[in-house]
Amino acid sequence: MKQKKKQDKSAADRIFYITTMFCAFLVLVIMCGFFVQLFIHSFPAIKKFGFTFLVSGEWDPVRNIYGAASAIYGTAITTIIAMAIAVPLSFLIALFLVEMAHPVLSRIIGQAIELLAAIPSIIYGMWGLFVFVPFMQNYVGPFLADTLKLKWLPLFQGPCTGFGLLTAGIVLAFMVLPFISAVMRDVFKMVPPVLKESAYGCGATTWEVTFDVTMKYGMQGLLGAVFLGLGRAVGETMAVLFIIGNTPRISASLFESGTTISATLANNFAESSGVFQSVLLELGLVLLAITFLIQIAAQFWLNMVRRKFGGNI
Amino acid sequence: MKSRSLILRKTSDKVVKAVSILAAFFGVFFLAWIMFTVLKFGFKSFSLSFLIEPTKPYGVADGGIANALLGTLLITFGASALGVPLGLLGGVYLSEFAKNSKKGNIIRFSANVMMGIPSIIVGLFVYTLLVYTTKSFSGFAGSVALAIIMFPIVVRTTDDMLSMVPNSLRESALALGSSRWRTTLSIVFRAAKSGLITGVLLSVARVSGETAPLLFTALWSDSWPTSYFTQPTANLTVTITEYATNSPFEQMHIKAWGAALLVTLVVLMLNIACRIIFMEAKHARK
Repeated sequence: MKQKKKQDKSAADRIFYITTMFCAFLVLVIMCGFFVQLFIHSFPAIKKFGFTFLVSGEWDPVRNIYGAASAIYGTAITTIIAMAIAVPLSFLIALFLVEMAHPVLSRIIGQAIELLAAIPSIIYGMWGLFVFVPFMQNYVGPFLADTLKLKWLPLFQGPCTGFGLLTAGIVLAFMVLPFISAVMRDVFKMVPPVLKESAYGCGATTWEVTFDVTMKYGMQGLLGAVFLGLGRAVGETMAVLFIIGNTPRISASLFESGTTISATLANNFAESSGVFQSVLLELGLVLLAITFLIQIAAQFWLNMVRRKFGGNI
Repeated sequence: MKSRSLILRKTSDKVVKAVSILAAFFGVFFLAWIMFTVLKFGFKSFSLSFLIEPTKPYGVADGGIANALLGTLLITFGASALGVPLGLLGGVYLSEFAKNSKKGNIIRFSANVMMGIPSIIVGLFVYTLLVYTTKSFSGFAGSVALAIIMFPIVVRTTDDMLSMVPNSLRESALALGSSRWRTTLSIVFRAAKSGLITGVLLSVARVSGETAPLLFTALWSDSWPTSYFTQPTANLTVTITEYATNSPFEQMHIKAWGAALLVTLVVLMLNIACRIIFMEAKHARK
């Protein structure tokens, strides 16, 4: 009797163990599932267009010829603009929160910026469409083109309608800013005080301590933070969809409308069928591959930092 | 090290300090700007009828968002019912059975990577899995997509929270003769209760504002969500998208803002609730 009870117990434990293991391995299964499903369903497009799909800028629904270049170009440009704005800003915000602000103020502002990360992306999109697009059209565009006299640059050619690559890039920047600055703040906080204090003791200024000590010590963490933000910026859909203009073309001017991979998907997918749907799924596969690599890089660096500091980031 | 003039060093320090203060206020200003806009436009359409009446057909001005609200609740609830138990169990495996093992680390790493995969990709995945095969959009497919987004979040927070429970608790329970599953579910879970609740609430907050994955799964409808498993199901975020972009009518824009305000408030409340629960638990432990 006793023996049987013991067996029951171990059998229940065995079932428990197997169930939990199954759930944990589900992570890997779903991850692989993404690639497998998208690959299978984009196969007709891959067979039809081959490698030229990635480099061709043609997008002709009438003749059923598609190329991903315009969407990839738009994704790249908006991401570059977003990162160029968000990375220095988040670095400075993290610096302010850790090195300068009074602890109470630092907590309040830190919380506020974390809440910025919680706002759904569609709200950014709506705000962009109804508030920021007119703002760009009336103030920022004319300011860049006329007041700063940058019209001669190919980057700022043509009229600024408010919709386009530049606006999308800026809104994206504010979307990823809280993610980057939160991780950067944690990295700054984890640098051992002894290191900083010895530098201060030698007479270094706050900036010198940050630049020469904190930054070098936490470099991997900062890189991880940047890549985390990069991954978000590349794949963001709703914040971009309303304001990019959704025209599949490549133009040098940042005032012109364009499209991104995710915006193309969101715009066309629900009504698509046949080869066109397969083309869109291949675009999805491209986006998946890009973000997957970016996330692996981010997690690789963050893991290194976690090992070094032994903490949670 | 090359010597620099003291004045130069001090000025550059001052400049960096000034710029970073500006940057921080810029961030806060931005939050305020967005919140102000959402509140200003959103409250215009806020009324009881807005919350309890369904959406009207295209072009008809008055009408509420009740059906979309109900649909979103259904979809989010379905997603939680799928994602939370699986995530909790997955987290249990990582913290109880695979703490420092290679397998555990690989899964942890993949869960972190999975959290960063764009939500639109999850939408495509579920489309090929459920919508393409059954030939119909459905609220259930939307739930599955949101559950996939929640899943790695719940796995990782559960793992982190259970790892914080001291081993002595587990050992005492096991020493009293209780089985492993009993120990985990009634001792370890109870000790980490507030952390687990925080994790679950955070994941719900994360998905309740999601739009992109629903575009390809739950789609949209202007009727009540009566057939959650077989038909496109109304939901708030896609309603916002439809009203804000596919309509020239000022009235519909205002409705979209109202829905946006509702979504924002719910998400922010959930986030703040998480913070409070977590803070209180921390204080209680001390």
